Amino acid sequence: MSLLSAASSRAYVVRRPRGPIGRMLEDERWLGLALLAPTIILLGLFVAYPFVKGIELAVTNTTVGQPGHFVGLQNFVALWHDDIFRMAVWNTCLYTVVATTTKLALGLWLALLLNRSFRGKAFMRAFILLPFIIPTVLSTFAWKWMFDPTFSVINYVLLHLHLITVADRINWLGEPVLAMVSVIIVNVWRGVPFFAISLLAGLQTISPELHEAAAIDGARAWARFRHVTWPLLLPVTMVIMLFSVIQTFADFQLVYVLTGGGPANTTQLFATYAYQIGIGTGLLSQGAAISLAIFPILLLVVIVQLVYIRRVETV
Amino acid sequence: MARVVIRSLNKKYDEFHAVKDVNLDIRDQEFVVLVGPSGCGKTTTLRMVAGLESITSGHILIDDTVVNELPPMDRDIAMVFQNYALYPHMSVYDNMAFGLKMRKFDRSQIGTRVQEAAEILGIQDYLKRKPRQLSGGQRQRVALGRAIVRHPRVFLFDEPLSNLDAKLRVQMRVELKKLHVRLGTTAIYVTHDQVEAMTLGDRVVVMRDGWVQQVGEPLELYNQPANRFVAGFLGSPAMNFTTVRLSRENGGLWALADGIRLKLPQTAASRLAPYADREVSLGVRPEDMRVAGAADPDDLAIDALVEVVERLGSEILLDVTVGGTTMVAAVDPSVVANMHDRLRLALNPERLHFFDSATEAAI
Amino acid sequence: MIEGARWRRWSFFYVPVTAFVIFLLFPFYWMLVTAIRPDRELYKPWSSPLYQPFWTLHPTFQHVHDLLTQTLFSTWMLNTMIISIAATLISLFCGLFAGYALSRLKFPFAGSIGTGIFITYLVPQTLLFIPLSDIIRNFHLGDTPWALILTYPTFLVPFCTWLLMGYFKSIPKELEECARIDGATRWKAMLFIVFPVALPGILSAGIFAFTLSWNEFIYALVFLSSPTEKTVSVGVTSDLVRGDVFYWGQLMAGALLGSIPVAFVYSFFVEHYVSGITGSVKG
Repeated sequence: MSLLSAASSRAYVVRRPRGPIGRMLEDERWLGLALLAPTIILLGLFVAYPFVKGIELAVTNTTVGQPGHFVGLQNFVALWHDDIFRMAVWNTCLYTVVATTTKLALGLWLALLLNRSFRGKAFMRAFILLPFIIPTVLSTFAWKWMFDPTFSVINYVLLHLHLITVADRINWLGEPVLAMVSVIIVNVWRGVPFFAISLLAGLQTISPELHEAAAIDGARAWARFRHVTWPLLLPVTMVIMLFSVIQTFADFQLVYVLTGGGPANTTQLFATYAYQIGIGTGLLSQGAAISLAIFPILLLVVIVQLVYIRRVETV
Repeated sequence: MARVVIRSLNKKYDEFHAVKDVNLDIRDQEFVVLVGPSGCGKTTTLRMVAGLESITSGHILIDDTVVNELPPMDRDIAMVFQNYALYPHMSVYDNMAFGLKMRKFDRSQIGTRVQEAAEILGIQDYLKRKPRQLSGGQRQRVALGRAIVRHPRVFLFDEPLSNLDAKLRVQMRVELKKLHVRLGTTAIYVTHDQVEAMTLGDRVVVMRDGWVQQVGEPLELYNQPANRFVAGFLGSPAMNFTTVRLSRENGGLWALADGIRLKLPQTAASRLAPYADREVSLGVRPEDMRVAGAADPDDLAIDALVEVVERLGSEILLDVTVGGTTMVAAVDPSVVANMHDRLRLALNPERLHFFDSATEAAI
Repeated sequence: MIEGARWRRWSFFYVPVTAFVIFLLFPFYWMLVTAIRPDRELYKPWSSPLYQPFWTLHPTFQHVHDLLTQTLFSTWMLNTMIISIAATLISLFCGLFAGYALSRLKFPFAGSIGTGIFITYLVPQTLLFIPLSDIIRNFHLGDTPWALILTYPTFLVPFCTWLLMGYFKSIPKELEECARIDGATRWKAMLFIVFPVALPGILSAGIFAFTLSWNEFIYALVFLSSPTEKTVSVGVTSDLVRGDVFYWGQLMAGALLGSIPVAFVYSFFVEHYVSGITGSVKG
């Protein structure tokens, strides 16, 4: 019995769509790859290729304008014995840990404050984001000016609050510990709005009924935060932390403008050191080796966080 | 004019076999309803006809043309979705005109067609509005309008009424029926609501777990269900089932269970003869039971204990237990019954259904 | 009780909120005051009794004037504008297509390509700038706007893709299915139905990409060298600091003017920007 006996005795035609390209774009497998092609080419050319190139550079002794030859892990060995590099590793870790935890604490506090309803809230939310959207280099100059040893407005305020005297010549960017503190303050200043606005968005997805139910169950403000707000906010917090840790760890512009890594490399970070060696002195391969040294540490941080995020989200 | 033929249609997703060997011949101008519980494969079948799902094996023909490989745009069909899928950034007019524009109709023709469809559906006044400014019922009409302006060969409906409230749903059901009578376009309609299936369909296809259970006119399915699933799925309240043992006594065939002792009429007895001394499933529709009077013979009645009395006005639903099983009887509103009453319910002997306990097929 | 409530409201709400506002906004006020303050007031030590930091009685536009006439500031602004807009458009173009494909279509390697894009989203610019500078030189793109127009998308495209995927997922599939049944090809359904409906998301992504491009520093610092090719951030950093002398008035005027385009764009699309932020951290 023919397939079509029930339908028709006439011969049938199988209609096919338009031309060859039209037909291909109608097939989601081809369309998908076609749509991704520009992105793949772009990222391949300017992310994947540089990455490979970076590894290639790091195992040679290339300098600007002078192609090098293979030297194996010599650059990394040199780094291992380089005191400034060790200092940069320590500085970067300290900088990242202190700055991100402070940003989280202050950001959460600000988000909780903004989560209430009050007049001018939308207005305030808009203004609070300014530190985050204004070009960092430009706003960092304002800070550099505020930290200026001779003209510091901060010192002026402290003086008039009688916290210091004229004799205390606080040199914000000139002393090792203070310089690190200053750099962290500016990083926190820039990052708090991002934390606050993201966490605020997270807070607003928590249904008020949950708080009401907890209140009826007898939970006080702290207990409500501890057992309702915080657990529900944890997934979004983890994602924000992930981004922030990466950005802070790889920070460059802030330190470049404020201290240039000084005094005596006490604020030197990975990125500023890589820049100084790779671009400043033109030792491309050594610079590439420093940049690459970020990678395993960063990878570890990201993996730990992603695993944690997945665990939080599946609970 | 359009016929739709489905031959040995299968759909497999990795592990899951969603549609199993479906065969269906839909005549020109026919309104066919696919009905079944969620996950039965009805929507997948419809989406394969639309071209939105690829076909694992089998064939779909529209007017003698195999359309398996044809993208949706070339199938000359129209579909109405459960969530209406109105384009939110377009006015009602543009929503309805979109399909015609894509087919390169000229402007004046589009205007005439949209106007005509809008008049049929009574939405002329909303043509300039955006979908979000419309009520649920109006959106539903726009979705229908968008389908009919195209004068497609086949209409596909995917649960189009289930987002409406109960009252509007009944109203739109009637309008859909009128619309079909007026336009005469072949239609395939998917629903999980057996009332919609019964009222709208020229023929109804009951599906379950990917298999077609039965195809037929609504009353045919209702009166002669092919198996226990179809019997239980169609009708509200649903058919009552209980397991009985068939036994030959005093020259007749009897159905016996705790609280039940029925003498089967001659027609049924001859059909059921091979099942003597075996257990079968007995099915009785609620409306085929009534409170027994003095004239009713004892051997066609059962003893029941009233658990709940639901007075609907037009009828009374008695939730009763017979032996160990719960049953529902739809009885005349004049009946006086209260909770915990003991009653005798007479059954209509011509309308008893029997199903094989193992295969569930009707006997 | 009422007294107690008021006390609590002050100490737990008004005081901290005010402190945050001062902390977060004071630097901008300080920029403004410095930019319009004459030099003779500007360079007074903080310990000097005549130091009057918070306002000036002699506002001047001298710094702004000098900035625009004696430096290449306006050229830098133009460069930054061109580069940011071009990079944003390229990123939106790629991100729209990639986001659509990854959120809507089934095709081989979709999962691994998606993961790949997500990983590049996490790669900081500082990881790659040294090999990239070499590559840019080899491609003969060094010291041209193209060096940035082509490299900015490396961090913008993953971001746009990620953000737009979220938007596309929120658009019911039935919309484009209906369009395809109505006679549109997949391509047209995407162009005429999905993209217009995702317009708010496209705006968010575009605004975000624009501000990120405007703010980028390290690539611009490394890839550009001639003063006429520089962007605002780099120009202000390198050319307004001559030797060890900081021209603070001009610097602050430059910082202020250089921030205006992003602030302007931001002020018009605050809501889109905020939803961009929240969208970017959604898992």
